[in-house]
Amino acid sequence: MNILQNIPIGDSVLEISYLIASVLFIFGLKMLSHPESARKGNFLAAIGMVLAIVCTLLFHRKDGKPIEHLGLILAAIAIGTAIGWAIAVKVKMTAMPQLVSFFNGMGGAAAALISLMEFPRMAPELIQQHGMLNGHAIAILLGLVIGSVSFAGSMIAFGKLAEKIGDPKLKFMRVVNLLFLVGILIFVVVILSQGKVEPKDISWMAYALLGFSLIYGITFVIPIGGADMPVVISLLNSFTGVAAAMGGFLYNNQVMLTGGILVGSAGTILTVLMCKAMNRSLLNVIIGAFGGGGAGLDKVAGSMKEISVSDAAVLLSYSQKVVIVPGYGLAVAQAQHICHEMEKLLDEKGVNVRYAIHPVAGRMPGHMNVLLAEADVSYDKLHESEEINDDMRNVDVVVVIGANDVVNPAAADDPSSPIYGMPVVRVWEAKSVIVMKRGMGKGYAAIENFLFYNANTRMLFGNAKDSIQKLIGEIKNL
Amino acid sequence: MHEILSFIYVNKEAIFIIALSILLGIEVISHVPAILHTPLMSGANAIHGVVIIGAIIVMGHADTTASMILGFLAVVLGTLNVVGGFVVTDRMLEMFKKKK
Repeated sequence: MNILQNIPIGDSVLEISYLIASVLFIFGLKMLSHPESARKGNFLAAIGMVLAIVCTLLFHRKDGKPIEHLGLILAAIAIGTAIGWAIAVKVKMTAMPQLVSFFNGMGGAAAALISLMEFPRMAPELIQQHGMLNGHAIAILLGLVIGSVSFAGSMIAFGKLAEKIGDPKLKFMRVVNLLFLVGILIFVVVILSQGKVEPKDISWMAYALLGFSLIYGITFVIPIGGADMPVVISLLNSFTGVAAAMGGFLYNNQVMLTGGILVGSAGTILTVLMCKAMNRSLLNVIIGAFGGGGAGLDKVAGSMKEISVSDAAVLLSYSQKVVIVPGYGLAVAQAQHICHEMEKLLDEKGVNVRYAIHPVAGRMPGHMNVLLAEADVSYDKLHESEEINDDMRNVDVVVVIGANDVVNPAAADDPSSPIYGMPVVRVWEAKSVIVMKRGMGKGYAAIENFLFYNANTRMLFGNAKDSIQKLIGEIKNL
Repeated sequence: MHEILSFIYVNKEAIFIIALSILLGIEVISHVPAILHTPLMSGANAIHGVVIIGAIIVMGHADTTASMILGFLAVVLGTLNVVGGFVVTDRMLEMFKKKK
């Protein structure tokens, strides 16, 4: 009983707050996976976070000493909040994926910095007893490596999505990457086998490890194509989770441990789900042996046939069932609002308009839904491609706006194509198809699309926004 | 071998939490519809901002100028992760509201 009485109330309050925060994280994540409760779930998780932060500031003690430099810490939090809030509120919805990548990188960097500072401060008793091969050293080094790989990788992914960094085709990078990874692992083992040393004396090793990890983060992401960045971000997201959990292990801090591991495992599952939606394995994405191949143009029967805006307007206005298949081109042209306008116009004329959303349309799975929701498109007009596919034969006109690979028939009938087996919207089964496209170029996967040469396909070249604008004008004039 | 076994014994609580959290994470996520992949990733991104707790601890017990500076930076970056993550997720989800 005496021992219990000696525990300060603050310590107990802190642990209880951590327990509550962990439970809120779990509920938050659970609710985030259902459309109706998602927003509330996000809010719950945020409350958990604030609770954990406030209680740490008030009640955390290390060897009996409370948190010092409270003013500076609050200043740092204020700066981070102001910047984070401003960026998050201002950024356009189309730029959302790179923003997630950016914030993820910040978390990774914070984890790496923590490890860097804790390395020279490792408890001397621990090293006297076990040498460098102890739990704290392992957690610190793993946090350092994973955190900095996540930071550097996220920054590269950010650059790629913002189209500031291209996709160099570097086959030898695979070998370089593998060497780097092995090098980092060997280095970690070397540090751990240092025996009874003063960590301060070998802190240069920690800095060198940081340098190697940062370089590896860059070389890991650079050769992966821009189209695969969502998968990479999701993977790096789970990395940062693990890095945060390492901090939790180090400080014996339960909320960091649960929060970090939860994100680590959920992030991994999410990554696998995304790969599945593209019918590819994670390894295939990372190695990046994708693009090109498949049947060449010589097999083409027929030629591309253009359609005029007025013909397209007539075709659409006198149809009964129209399906719109939006792709990244729609997002780039910022055409989601005008597209919604066209849909409303057709709706007033008694045309049944639905959207077929491919799981990986846009830049991230679900990205297209976010963009269309932003343009006030009603939630029940959005259908997953599978649902529409069953009804495709009854559809009069399909309008493909800025999508390419997700409507490629090669995925269904050309076993030699690299996208063979990928689930696609089977638009070629509809009575007629109008494809809005900027030019004759290929899609992300750099594969020919025979849909464009089909007898019932008509092309409408030009910027999606301009084309739809003109189309609306024509439909109104009818 | 003895080292490893005693390591597991000493850290048994942490290992329990890690194992159960992994299973929980898998279970919680596995039935999510594709529409919510992006907001979910963003939400999870905000949650690992919990690393800020570590940044606060390290800053709160910093003793040298160098560690003060690094600690300050870590708290700023951690806050960016937390605040940016939650606000962006909320912005995305706001758009999923049912229209009247």
